[in-house]
Amino acid sequence: MSLANDTRPGQSAPESRSRRKFLDYLLGTSAGMTLVAVFYPVIRFMIPPEIIESAQTSVVAGKVKELAQNSGLIFKFGNKPGILIRSASGELKAFSATCTHLDCIVQYRSDQKLIWCACHNGQYNLSGHNIGGPPPRPLEEYAVNVRGDDIVVSKA
Amino acid sequence: MKTETLRLWLDERLGIGALGGLARKKTVPLHRHTIWYYFGGMTLFLFTIQVGTGILLLLYYRPSAENAFESVQFIMTDVQFGWLIRSIHSWSANLMIAVLLIHMFSVFFMKAYRSPREITWLTGGLLLFIVLGFGFSGYLLPWNKLAFFATKVGTDIAGVVPGAGKFLLRFLRGGDEVTGATLTRFFGFHVAVLPAITTMLVAVHVILVQKHGMSTPSSLKDPALKTMKFVPNFLLRDLIGWVLAVGVLAALAAIFPWELGEKADAFASAPAGIRPEWYFLFMFETLKRIPAKVFVFDGEVVGIMTFGIGGLFWLIAPFLDTSQSKKRMSRFFTIFGVLVVLYIAAMTLVGFLA
Repeated sequence: MSLANDTRPGQSAPESRSRRKFLDYLLGTSAGMTLVAVFYPVIRFMIPPEIIESAQTSVVAGKVKELAQNSGLIFKFGNKPGILIRSASGELKAFSATCTHLDCIVQYRSDQKLIWCACHNGQYNLSGHNIGGPPPRPLEEYAVNVRGDDIVVSKA
Repeated sequence: MKTETLRLWLDERLGIGALGGLARKKTVPLHRHTIWYYFGGMTLFLFTIQVGTGILLLLYYRPSAENAFESVQFIMTDVQFGWLIRSIHSWSANLMIAVLLIHMFSVFFMKAYRSPREITWLTGGLLLFIVLGFGFSGYLLPWNKLAFFATKVGTDIAGVVPGAGKFLLRFLRGGDEVTGATLTRFFGFHVAVLPAITTMLVAVHVILVQKHGMSTPSSLKDPALKTMKFVPNFLLRDLIGWVLAVGVLAALAAIFPWELGEKADAFASAPAGIRPEWYFLFMFETLKRIPAKVFVFDGEVVGIMTFGIGGLFWLIAPFLDTSQSKKRMSRFFTIFGVLVVLYIAAMTLVGFLA
């Protein structure tokens, strides 16, 4: 690797060194940019595209007749699950069914009259407040209206 | 004569003779802890079972939310010996993780990770991480309810990582939610990405084991220590273990065929009694017990960060526990290791009893 070996006859050492450096620089940057040009699209390909959610603000979650007192059901709110609850006193409540802890889907526990997540034993009361277990935040509450027999749930 | 000519012809082109020489020279130290040397080879053997049965399952498995569950059902009920191949794949996966953990802890307690074997330890640590990735991604592939929620929780945990969380979550799920896109992605990880990485890491790991030889615990270092030839003495003993393992796997698969459960439903509550595979159980139980808030931080963030930092500390142990002469440092790592084992064992037990 000594410099003397690199020097061609008729060339002075410093000139050769700077030319070598310049060529190395060109080679290095070309190789680098080639790699960037190859891997940039690869990495972008791996990141999933954003899918625009349909701005659904209300949905028919169920029928009054089909929902007994002290029971709950999971309904589709766009592409996310919601939970509709008819309390023991007959009051209708709706929340996001996604547990605020680690994304599981909650359920209504008629024996304890609260909302329960089976994954890590999270508990919410019928106002959606986290009252036990690991959930850090309350469930998002939706507005509930009854139109004829339809229970209509809408985002506030 | 003919075979001798062929051997010479091949040796001239491939240089196999050198490998033979290497194999003849390789020895294994004999002492009261020699038994632990078998677990690395056992892990590798179970991995080859995974590759073999995995390739067979690929002949029938269909990686989409519409077809995955039904195709596994088809394997279990219609394909001849389908139940056997799938059950062996699942049992062998669990056995491999168990054996790998034994291998890792034995290396840890014998301090075999010390200089010059730091990189062997690092590649082994990465392999553990990859193997857990195999377990996690493979678990989703039957697309049943338990797997669906396990994946929701597991990927949500990745989402908690500060800074990169959102990116990781979307990268793993192939979108914002766990859907068919996640299944396709996990399938790709499970059968292509992870096997490729594993092959490279295993190659480095095994070459390094050959280069440095077996590590003898410093307390047993003695010039008069007996050794055993690797070929054929140790290898034949390995072989006995592998034959036994095949027997155990066949028995487990026949007596306890792997369950399939119910098909995943993105609009159904998580079933009661849900819990992850046993090797994630200690983390699961911990996450269940951490309160919603620890000081000002979310409990889940504190828990996950603690596991992350703990794992990193474990991985870089060889760079902290450097000298054999520093007795205090060494004792600290032994105690640390014992505490880790006790914690994992206790939380796993609690998870099983709960």
